[in-house]
Amino acid sequence: MKLDTSTVNALKRYAPQLETASLLEKILFWIMIIFVLAGFPALFIQHFEGHYVTGMRDNVFWGVYIVNFIFYIGISYAGALISGILYLLNVEWRKPIIRIAEMITVISTILGPIYILLCMGRLDRLHHLVLYGRIQSPITWDVIAITTYLVGSIIFLYLATIQDFAILRDWKGLKVGKWRHPLYRFFAVSYQDTPRQRKLVHRGMTIMSIIIIPLAVIVHSVLSWIFGMTLRPGWHSTIFAPYFVVAAVFSGTGVLIVAMWVYRKLYKLEDIITEKHFKYLGIILLVLGALYGYFTFAEYLTNWYGSEKWELELIYKLFDLSEFGWMFIFAAFVGVLLPIIIIAVPYFRSINSITFASFVVVIAMWIKRYIIIIPTLETPLLPMQESRIEYIHYSMTWIEWILTISGLAVFCLFFYLYSKFVPIIPVSESSSLVKNPEEELETNQDTHHDKDKI
Amino acid sequence: MKFKKTKKGTSRRGFLKNGLSIGIGAATTSGVFSSCSPNEKRESGEKVRVMTTDGKLVEIDASQVQESSQLVSNAEARKGDPNKEYVMVIDLAKCRNARKCIDVCQRMHNLPTEDEWIKVFYMKDGEDTAPYWFPKPCFHCNSPSCVNVCPVGATFKRLDGLVLIDNERCIGCKFCMAACPYSSRVFNWRENTRDDQVTDHHGAIESGTPQKVGTVGKCDFCPDMARMGKLPGCIDACPNGVLYYGDKNEDLVSNGTETVRFSELIYERAGYRYMEELGTRPSVYYLPPVNRSFDPEIGFKDLPDEIRKRYDISRSEIKKETR
Repeated sequence: MKLDTSTVNALKRYAPQLETASLLEKILFWIMIIFVLAGFPALFIQHFEGHYVTGMRDNVFWGVYIVNFIFYIGISYAGALISGILYLLNVEWRKPIIRIAEMITVISTILGPIYILLCMGRLDRLHHLVLYGRIQSPITWDVIAITTYLVGSIIFLYLATIQDFAILRDWKGLKVGKWRHPLYRFFAVSYQDTPRQRKLVHRGMTIMSIIIIPLAVIVHSVLSWIFGMTLRPGWHSTIFAPYFVVAAVFSGTGVLIVAMWVYRKLYKLEDIITEKHFKYLGIILLVLGALYGYFTFAEYLTNWYGSEKWELELIYKLFDLSEFGWMFIFAAFVGVLLPIIIIAVPYFRSINSITFASFVVVIAMWIKRYIIIIPTLETPLLPMQESRIEYIHYSMTWIEWILTISGLAVFCLFFYLYSKFVPIIPVSESSSLVKNPEEELETNQDTHHDKDKI
Repeated sequence: MKFKKTKKGTSRRGFLKNGLSIGIGAATTSGVFSSCSPNEKRESGEKVRVMTTDGKLVEIDASQVQESSQLVSNAEARKGDPNKEYVMVIDLAKCRNARKCIDVCQRMHNLPTEDEWIKVFYMKDGEDTAPYWFPKPCFHCNSPSCVNVCPVGATFKRLDGLVLIDNERCIGCKFCMAACPYSSRVFNWRENTRDDQVTDHHGAIESGTPQKVGTVGKCDFCPDMARMGKLPGCIDACPNGVLYYGDKNEDLVSNGTETVRFSELIYERAGYRYMEELGTRPSVYYLPPVNRSFDPEIGFKDLPDEIRKRYDISRSEIKKETR
C-alpha cells in the first residue's frame, strides 16, 4: 500500500523505539528478566513440595495468588472499558493511548489466570474442567467468561493493529532485524488499505468494542460471585458484582495512567501523550473513585450497622490497627480521597501528580483485594481451634512473594517487548498528531514553558 | 465379608499397586484372622502394618493380607444405597474433649496429625452462656454448598445422604472449602508424612484412603465400614458414647453400646441441627448440653501443650468479643 507523507513522518518519529533501545531500557529489561527467572525456582519448589511451602492453610486456603488474580483481571478493564467506550463514543483524544490500554487488557488477562493455576492443588488434572465440567459451578462460569474475554480482547487488539502491521510491512525505511519482516507480513494479512478493507476493519472494531464491554462486565461479575455465592462474612453480599466491576475499572484506569506516564518518559512522547490525556483520564478516575468510595461506604455501613455476629467480627478485624486497620485505611480512605483531592483541585493537578494519584490507586486496589480475601478467611463461622496457632494468621512466604513479583515482571516485560515490536502509539490512527520536523521544533519551544501544568 | 484367596506369588508391591481393592481379614483384638487359614500359607517374612476396625495398629505377615474383591466400583460409590439415609446424633451433654474420635479417625484414614476430619470445638456462644464441647464431623448436608460449587463433580451427594469426595478427580481448587460454612474440609497441603501409615485401603472413594496431595479431604461417615456392617471409627472410639450413628429410614442410631430410636431421642432430648438458618439442612443432629456428665473444664486436662494453646487463644478472643 502507498504511504502518505504524514504516515511516513509519523513512522520516522516512532521508528527509533522499534529500532534501538536506550541504556535505561536495557537496564530495566535485564532487571525484569532477572525477576522473571527468579520465579522459576519458586515455581519448581511449589510444584514438587506441594502447597505446603505457601502461607496457605486449611482456614486461609486462598492467599495472595487469588489476590493477584483478581487484581490482574481488574486492571484488564483499562482496555476493555476505557478504550471500548471511548472508541464507541468516537472520542478523538483516545487515539494515542488506545493501544496502551488494549495491551494492558490482553497481557493482564493472560497473566491473571496463571495465578489461579498456581493456586490449584492438582494442575495435572486441569483437563478435568472439560472432561467433568459442571455448569452449576461459578468456577466453570469463570473459565468460560475469561476465555471468551481473552479471545475477544486479543481480536480487539489485533484489529486495531492490522493497519500498523501493513504500514510497517510496506515502509522501507525501517531498520530492524530481518526476522521481523516476515512477521509483519504475516500479521498484516495482505491488508492494502483499500476502502473496502478499511471499512471492514472499522466495522470489526465497532462490533468488538460493543462486545467487549458486556464481556468485561460479565467477567468481573462472575469473578465476584466465586466469593459472593459462599456463606461467608464479607463475601456473601448482593452488591459484590457491581462493586467488583467498579473497583476493576478504577484500578484499570489507574494502571493506564501509570503506563502512559512510563511510555511518555521512556519513548519521549511528550508531544503525543499530552496533559490533556492525563487530565481527561484523571477526571474519569475521579468519577470512578467517587463511585468506588460510595460502594465501599454502602457495603461496610450496612454490615456494621446490621451488626450480625460474624460480619461484626470481620469489621472489627478490619478496623483494628493491629490487624488489617492500616490496610483498610489505605484501601478505603487514602486510595479514594487522595486521587479525588489531587484531581479535583486544579492547584494540585499536574501530569506527575495525577500519575502519583493513579499509582496510589493501583496499590490501594491491590490491598483492597487482599483485605477482601484474607480477613474473611480468617473469620470462619466456627472458631479456629483445629489449626495450629502458627496457621491462624496468613502471611506470605518467600515463594509467594517471589511469584508475585515475577508476575509483575512478566507483565512489564510483555508490555515492553510488544512496544518494541509495534509502535506504542497507533501510527495509522494518529499520524496527524505528528507534525513536520520543522514545525515540531517551534511548537516544542512554545510548550516548554508550561510543561506538566494544566 | 467375603475375601478372595490371594493368588500365589502376589508380591507386596503388586498388592500395593492395586491397593484400591485391598481389604484385610478382620483382625480382632485377639489376633484371630477369621477369614484366612494361616496353615495353608507359608509366612513370607515380610511384615505389613494394618489397622483393625477398632483403630489398633497390628503388624502381621504380608501373606496374611488378602486381596478382597473390589468392594465397590466408582459408579456404585457415587450412587450409594437409595434405601438408606445416614444420620449422626451428637450428645453434647456427654462430650469432655477426650479426642479419641480425632485420633482414631486420623489413623483410620492415614491423616497427618494436623488434619482433623472430626474436630472438637470449645464453644461459648455468649458472654454469660455456658461453655460446652462441640464435636463436629462433616454435616453431610442435604443441600450441600460444597457440592453445588465443585467445578468437576469431584464431591457429590449420594442417595444415602453422604457427601463424598473422589480424590482422583479433585483438581484442588478449594472452592468447596470456601463454600462450606462449617470449616469441614481440609486440604492435603503436602505428601502425607505420617510415620505409622497403615496400608489397608478398602476402596478409593468410600474409604477416603489414600489421601492425595493437592486434593481436598473431609469426614466421610466411613461408608466402607457401613458396607461391612460396622460403625464409623469415631463412634466406637468415643469412651463416653457421645456419638450416635445410624440410618434414619430404620429410625435407629447407635453409639456402640446402646441402640436407640432416632426420632424418640431427638424428640425427648430436643435435638437440633447446628446453624439451621444457613439452609444447608445437615444430617448431623445435636442434643443440647443439659444435665451434663462432665464439667467442661475437664476437657482442658491432660491436653498436649500445642492443642491447649489453640483453645487458649480462641478463649481469649471469645472474651475480647464479649467484653
